[in-house]
Amino acid sequence: METLSVSKKVIPITNYQIPKKIQIENLNLKIGKKHILKDISVSVPKNKITVILGPSGCGKTTLLKSMNRLTDMYPDMEVTGKICIDDEDILHSGTDVTNIRKRMGLLSQRPYPLPMSIYKNIAYGLKISGRRKKRFLEKRIRHYLIQASLWDEVKDRLREPASSLSIGQQQRLCLARGLAVDPDIILADEPTSALDPISSQEIEKKFLELKNGYTIVMVTHVLRQAARIADYVIFMYLGEVIEQGPAYEFFNNPKTEITRAYLRGSIN
Amino acid sequence: MKGIILSRKIKNKLNATWMTIWTVFIFFIPLLLTAGLILKSSILLKDHSFFNLVTSSIWKPLSGEFGFLPFIISSLLVTVLALLIAGPVCLLSAIHLTQYANRYILQIMQPVIDILAGLPSVIYGVWGIIIIVPFISEKIAPLFGIQTSGYTIISGALVLSVMIIPFILNILLDIFNAIPKELQEASLSLGASQWYTIKFVLIKKAFPGVVSAMGLGLSRAFGETIAVLMVVGNVASIPKGIFQPGYPLPALIANNYGEMLSIPLYDSALMLAALFLLILVIAFNLISRLLIIRYEKRFA
Ligand SMILES: Nc1ncnc2c1ncn2[C@@H]1O[C@H](COP(=O)(O)OP(=O)(O)OP(=O)(O)O)[C@@H](O)[C@H]1O
Ligand SMILES: [Mg+2]
Repeated sequence: METLSVSKKVIPITNYQIPKKIQIENLNLKIGKKHILKDISVSVPKNKITVILGPSGCGKTTLLKSMNRLTDMYPDMEVTGKICIDDEDILHSGTDVTNIRKRMGLLSQRPYPLPMSIYKNIAYGLKISGRRKKRFLEKRIRHYLIQASLWDEVKDRLREPASSLSIGQQQRLCLARGLAVDPDIILADEPTSALDPISSQEIEKKFLELKNGYTIVMVTHVLRQAARIADYVIFMYLGEVIEQGPAYEFFNNPKTEITRAYLRGSIN
Repeated sequence: MKGIILSRKIKNKLNATWMTIWTVFIFFIPLLLTAGLILKSSILLKDHSFFNLVTSSIWKPLSGEFGFLPFIISSLLVTVLALLIAGPVCLLSAIHLTQYANRYILQIMQPVIDILAGLPSVIYGVWGIIIIVPFISEKIAPLFGIQTSGYTIISGALVLSVMIIPFILNILLDIFNAIPKELQEASLSLGASQWYTIKFVLIKKAFPGVVSAMGLGLSRAFGETIAVLMVVGNVASIPKGIFQPGYPLPALIANNYGEMLSIPLYDSALMLAALFLLILVIAFNLISRLLIIRYEKRFA
């Protein structure tokens, strides 16, 4: 039985040729006396897939949601620090929070289609942005459904309720819906955990295609999935970032004992 | 040993039989009730046409004239008005309590709502006489240039609305709390404001539940007797406005049953009133159920 000491030191990312998209500095998040995120400083490179890893309850979802200011939904959450997206601090900027959110698409652990038709699920975000012309909407909806590899399956049933789709199709619909607000970041919280293996693969494949145009941040439990698609890894443990860096180094040359233990599967 | 097992078998069998009997009994209660009411009221229907009874507004039991229209209209007016007042109040406060208010406000409100829901209706009636009736007669009616004692349709509707608010609100709170946070997060992440999300996602998702809550509230309001009877005036003519007295069906039955039964056909007429009440409540239930089914076919 080895003892796991949590090192406070964060290992910096080496060889940073790629521009950073998201830069988080000294982010702390508390609910009452509960300290959920502890002094987080990470950077997310542009047009890459960054995977957030860590055991259950370590704060992965919370970190992801704070990038989108969904933490605003919980009035008792106290958030301090800096989250910069393209050098704009979204925690303290005067920009309307809805504009900040439009820059990021969100995929959650299970798909939550809006209670309306397939068509309207995608039109929803477009309409919020003031696009209402029918011709325009139809063209864009087709475009995003193709982009999410769903068009062929739903083109004849666009007016049916979104809930009539299978779970895997619903998750791709949620992806299309997120892409429709024209974000440059995709936040995904264990997007494949409710899906069958084939649907999971489709999402993974999609992400690999999309990363040319989008910065993708994905939370996952599944180490093998992370190894398959991650360019960069952020590893968290008990609310802290233990290690971050290129995926290759993370998997082949972990720098802390606790990371090694996690990779061996002896933490969970 | 064998004896014990045997007796247990008998006990099980007995319990099962009894449970079946009770279940069947509960199932048949509404049928028995309806059958009884039909049987009793059929005496009146023998020499009065149903159509006449429903459309006539002349109520002179002594000369054998039973026109139910004033009672039916009073009932509908009081109930629908009560729901028009209570419905929006409940919807808005359910949204406020579940979406905007701090969590401990709901924790304070919950027992208050439960107490209000459990108060005996006679207390609401007394409160209506002490507060609502003078308020209507001295403050509200004069605004419209109307003179009234205050024992009016609107007083009944106000008392009734306060009575059904905790009932409807409790159901609505459950419905809104059951909607997953992630659904709202999905809408917010697409750039929707919180109010837009509530309008187009939350209420839409909750719609079948809201309809059934309102339908249940309506049914309950329809049958409420004592509190309404105390403030509504009980005059057997068609009310020509909400500042006029009315005479709802339950009040008619409660006021007269057991007293006026020496008048021929009177008890049969009251049974018919009860039958109307039953039919209308069932109709409300069916309509709200149909609405829900139709909605769920479109968006589960
Ligand atoms: N709204 C909230 N109120 C109170 N505590 C919360 C809230 N949201 C999260 N937490 C707590 O914060 C911690 C981190 O939660 P989070 O959901 O971010 O973990 P996670 O890493 O995503 O876990 P999992 O892998 O199980 O999804 C947990 O201990 C959780 O109980
Ligand atoms: Mg999580």
